[in-house]
Amino acid sequence: MSRMRHPTEDPVWAKVVILTLVGLFLVSVLILPLITVFFEATRKGLPAALEAIQNEDARASIKLTLITAAITVPFNVAFGLCASWAIAKYEFPLKPFLITLIDLPFSVSPVVAGLIYVLVFGAQGWFGPWLLDHDIKIIFAVPGIVLATIFVTFPFVARELIPLMQEQGVDEEEAAVSMGASGLRTFWSVTAPNVRWGLLYGVLLCNARAMGEFGAVSVVSGHIRGLTNTMPLHVEILYNEYDFVGAFAVAALLCLLAIVTLVLKALLELVQPQSRPGRH
Amino acid sequence: MTISIRSVEKTFGRFPALNGVSLEIADGELLALLGPSGSGKTTLLRVIAGLEFPEKGQILYGDQDMTFTSAAARRVGFVFQQYALFRHMTVAKNVAFGLDVRKGQAKPSKSEITARVDELLKLVELGELGKRYPAQLSGGQRQRVALARALAVNPSVLLLDEPFGALDATVRKSLRKELRRIHDATGVTTIFVTHDQEEALELADRVAILNKGAIEQVGAPHEVHDNPAGAFVCGFVGEANRFEGAVKGGRFQSADIALPAPGVADGAAVAFVRPHELVLAPADQANLSIVTERIAPQGAVVRVDGATASGQRIEAAFARQNAGDLQPGAKLSLAADRSYVFSA
Repeated sequence: MSRMRHPTEDPVWAKVVILTLVGLFLVSVLILPLITVFFEATRKGLPAALEAIQNEDARASIKLTLITAAITVPFNVAFGLCASWAIAKYEFPLKPFLITLIDLPFSVSPVVAGLIYVLVFGAQGWFGPWLLDHDIKIIFAVPGIVLATIFVTFPFVARELIPLMQEQGVDEEEAAVSMGASGLRTFWSVTAPNVRWGLLYGVLLCNARAMGEFGAVSVVSGHIRGLTNTMPLHVEILYNEYDFVGAFAVAALLCLLAIVTLVLKALLELVQPQSRPGRH
Repeated sequence: MTISIRSVEKTFGRFPALNGVSLEIADGELLALLGPSGSGKTTLLRVIAGLEFPEKGQILYGDQDMTFTSAAARRVGFVFQQYALFRHMTVAKNVAFGLDVRKGQAKPSKSEITARVDELLKLVELGELGKRYPAQLSGGQRQRVALARALAVNPSVLLLDEPFGALDATVRKSLRKELRRIHDATGVTTIFVTHDQEEALELADRVAILNKGAIEQVGAPHEVHDNPAGAFVCGFVGEANRFEGAVKGGRFQSADIALPAPGVADGAAVAFVRPHELVLAPADQANLSIVTERIAPQGAVVRVDGATASGQRIEAAFARQNAGDLQPGAKLSLAADRSYVFSA
């Protein structure tokens, strides 16, 4: 009987065709370009590549990227927790509207997101003159880059947590409260452990995008070398100046950051079933 | 602890969930809130627990007004239909939670907590399972853990929301007996919500029957069964054949049945006859006649399904030795030993 096919199982030829298509697609669109990045970066030898990511401008761009991610991720963790808590645990009017709003950064072009901030905070923008009077720089400075990155990445944590919290309902929180736990204690002892894996997953994705964002940041940054250049912007500048080794070396570093993120994510998925006692 | 509920009103949006409910629960009593879904029984329980707050009325614990006291400050034990165990904590941690969250002076020492957890797990007969996680337990075991957890804080009142609703029939039956045993052992005032009349009648000292956000009747199980206060209670508690008709001069008359109705005002009325209170009778003494469709012997009784000439379905239950040799399709004359008639 073991040779009988399950009713929903495809015949062997179909499996082979589908797997081959997927494999070809992944190799040509993902893996080959990735290899190219590392190949181009080391075309003039490893020392040249290392030199390219160690010069002053490159180091400044790496630092700025890390700072941006370090501000953006905690902010979006806080926002994501609040938003998903509100959506999952409270009833209020305009809830569907809020859920749609959270998705906005996914559906709008990052360039538009950047332009919004220019329009609001730029020299010719609504608050431009006031900001100029008070000597506060947002556009073409670090605050603008952070704002644009926050805008682009804020759905990641919230999107991950909302379905999780909705599925879990409020019974466990109510049980905790009825046993005398304070609101804060309930959050730390009951809610947070129940969503920790989802939260971590959201943080990883949010971090990856925060480091890699190009469009929105490009609009508000002003491309000042050593000051407002993040790594993706630095790559573009080097490339436009025909410094291919430099461009690909920084790009390779970005790729490595992304790969580390993905490996962490894969490890999480491996670890998750054992360390979480499971659903009931 | 006595619990007093005084004229409590609660609405959800425009839907009234509780319509001026008043109820006294005596110290150490085991009370069932029984009603169909949407009758407001769960809302009432949650108002008592402090998980909802009423718009009007008062909730008193003893003589203390608790109407707007937070759930955390009320010291209640609450058991949920879906257990609501903390899934990332062991059974022992779950049971200890209510003691662990106490602060300063009120918090027992580690060894006191361990001792209390052991004692409670023994009480619910789960002594060995303290190190397991909720996902590793069966439904019945989970609900025992939930019960132990609720009792850990020495609650002034134990509240259970459809505690056996998610369990299968055998487990439900044994856990029912268990709850009664635990209640008798601890003496804690207990209120549980159920839509299962059998459960309410078997388990509770008193039953409060709710319908559309109001209490229809409160009484001992045999009282609400034998002396229902109105048509709703009569139809909801126990099985009953229902007849619609009218009362004239102390007699109820419908298309199929005539019954005595002493003291019932003239006008439209409903009558109820319980299946086991229908008996076989000679045609001249019968209240109604039916054509049998299905004869089902069940243990000591024979259940008979049939229909009257006008097509109304009738259920009857006879003691096996009185049933004789009944055949489907036979014509039976039946008399009602007892009937209930209420003005509609």
